[in-house]
Amino acid sequence: MELKTLQTPRVPVRYYEGGSGHRLVFLHGAGGLDLDLKFLDALAAQYHVYAPLVPGYGDSEECAELRDMLDFTLHTWDVVERLGIKDPILVGISMGGMIAGEMAAIAPNDVSRLGLIAPAGLWLEDHPIPDFFSMMPYELPAYLFHDVEAGAKAFQAAGDMSDPAFLTAFLVQNARQLGAAGKILFPIPERGLASRLYRIKAKTLLIWGESDKLVPPVYAKAFQSAIPQADVVMIPEAGHAISFEKPVEVINALARLQ
Amino acid sequence: MRFTWFNLMPWPYLPEDFREKNHSVWVDINSRLFDPAKSHEVYNTYLDLLEYAGTLGFDGIGVNEHHQNAYGLMPSPNIIAASLARRTDNVGLVVLGASIALYNPPLRVAEEFAMLDCISGGRLVAGFPVGTSMDTNYCYGTIPGLTREKYREAHDLIKRAWAEPEPFAFNGRYTKLRYVNPWPRPIQQPHPPIHIPGGGSVETFDFCIDNTYSYSYLSFGGYIRGKALMQGYWDRMAERNAPDTSPYRAGFAQTICVAETDAEAERLYKKHVSYFYNRCLHVYPGFADAPGYRTIKTIQKGILSQYAPLQMFQELPWKELVDNGSVIAGSPETVRQRMEDLIKSLHVGNIFCLMHVGDMPKDKCMYSTRLFAEKVMPKLRHMFPEYDNDERFWCKPLAKRVTAGSLPAESEIDALVGADA
Repeated sequence: MELKTLQTPRVPVRYYEGGSGHRLVFLHGAGGLDLDLKFLDALAAQYHVYAPLVPGYGDSEECAELRDMLDFTLHTWDVVERLGIKDPILVGISMGGMIAGEMAAIAPNDVSRLGLIAPAGLWLEDHPIPDFFSMMPYELPAYLFHDVEAGAKAFQAAGDMSDPAFLTAFLVQNARQLGAAGKILFPIPERGLASRLYRIKAKTLLIWGESDKLVPPVYAKAFQSAIPQADVVMIPEAGHAISFEKPVEVINALARLQ
Repeated sequence: MRFTWFNLMPWPYLPEDFREKNHSVWVDINSRLFDPAKSHEVYNTYLDLLEYAGTLGFDGIGVNEHHQNAYGLMPSPNIIAASLARRTDNVGLVVLGASIALYNPPLRVAEEFAMLDCISGGRLVAGFPVGTSMDTNYCYGTIPGLTREKYREAHDLIKRAWAEPEPFAFNGRYTKLRYVNPWPRPIQQPHPPIHIPGGGSVETFDFCIDNTYSYSYLSFGGYIRGKALMQGYWDRMAERNAPDTSPYRAGFAQTICVAETDAEAERLYKKHVSYFYNRCLHVYPGFADAPGYRTIKTIQKGILSQYAPLQMFQELPWKELVDNGSVIAGSPETVRQRMEDLIKSLHVGNIFCLMHVGDMPKDKCMYSTRLFAEKVMPKLRHMFPEYDNDERFWCKPLAKRVTAGSLPAESEIDALVGADA
């Protein structure tokens, strides 16, 4: 995968591109792409993958003008436009799934295949999504991974929190990334998507980890019942970070969209 | 110097094992620990203490705003200030402050502050905090990354609402109003003095410099730890070529306990100080800084929230709290010396005296307050003689004010009504 930059009307956008085959746009979750680079490589073995970063993620420029859901949705359409591609397979995980769902709802004739991997965007009173904004880094693995220990190791591999230089860098990255994500996810990751899902015309696949403790699998049913043509694939022994824990299974499931 | 007697209004009945058994004193504090019937006495005692301080020569009595917080029982500082306005005279009402971004529309603050200024005869000192992340983001749901933009817009609306004589339309991003025309308007013109409580954001330093507002650092870490932050403010002032470096451009909150001797201070206040530092400050660190609340510039400067490295407060013994300046305590002479050190080293003209600490009972609080007012404060009055005439950052009350209880006696009414007929 190659990290490139394209210009949108509001801000330069960093994106990964690689592979060949059907064009597929992958939208990352609130955690960014750090844990998903291997997944992207595997995806690029079968697709021509484009994975843009939300402004503020990684080394990309922040964009103060992106304030609400409509801004995020249209911005991501601007990115697709500037990539010069039409009707890609649109795939998003978690926050990226929320954005992908909005894109498909707002422009239903421009998306024919939609993959939503444990998407955010709905809120069920009986199954509140935990407040990950307030969690300390050491608390996150329990919510993100099926294999909590392995997930925690992957987290710790990023750096040593007791090193002040790493801690400052971590806090800056957190402020940039989750600061941007908070515009559509804080304090409750719901911005009215439920009332727009009926508009989606795409063949839709909902992919969920059976042990997702952040956005529990009951949300798969809620999405499925609101989207006209949606199938659900449940993947065992996978948490919310499903593309990290079960990349092969996720890619196999996505094959159903071709 | 301007001394404001400040009360955070802590809940005094947190159990001894509070820290071990509870997640946080703030945001998701266990509601069962609050007893409404007991709060009746707590509130009235705290109001009495504020009124008492108002009779002892303090320049101001101060209140602030916190939400879902067991050490701050004032979600609405203006309700407390309103009751004080009627029961005090000759003392500034320092509301430090109302979190302007949290009111919908923020015009409400322009109205309420104007009411307080009118009722009190121009005694209001107005505070406009951004608010802590706990209050603003976690309790009141403001999106962290938009908090500052929303705050600035609220500020602009309030200032304009006070200044413009004609109704105007305000087309903000967060507030849209067709007819902005608040009644009443503040007595103090063009507006009451404005203090901005901050936690070290460079942007807030600049905001104060640009608008001639006083910057207040309301920390519990004490003046020795606070020096780096205040120095950052004065350095920024120099960088920006501010027209003067009046100490009244800055304020600092300090926990103070006075007794006849140092040993008596320890004996009287130790357990209440411990209650505050070891129970009340038990804030879950995940609530300290919602990502996006602080600007990147501020994080890079390395000035992190006082709430983040909270472990530093864990089971701190009296001696350490006194030695590291978190608490200034001792005989009047000890306190005077340390206050002088504080005032000089931070170069601050406004002192917010935290004299009710933790679960301190009213008699001890009155004792400490009186000793400070009589034996310490007078000796610190003229620390900055060259700025004695700087009135920009303090309230300017009407010369002739009325007080509560101006109605005629019942017996006079018939005669008065008869005379009019």
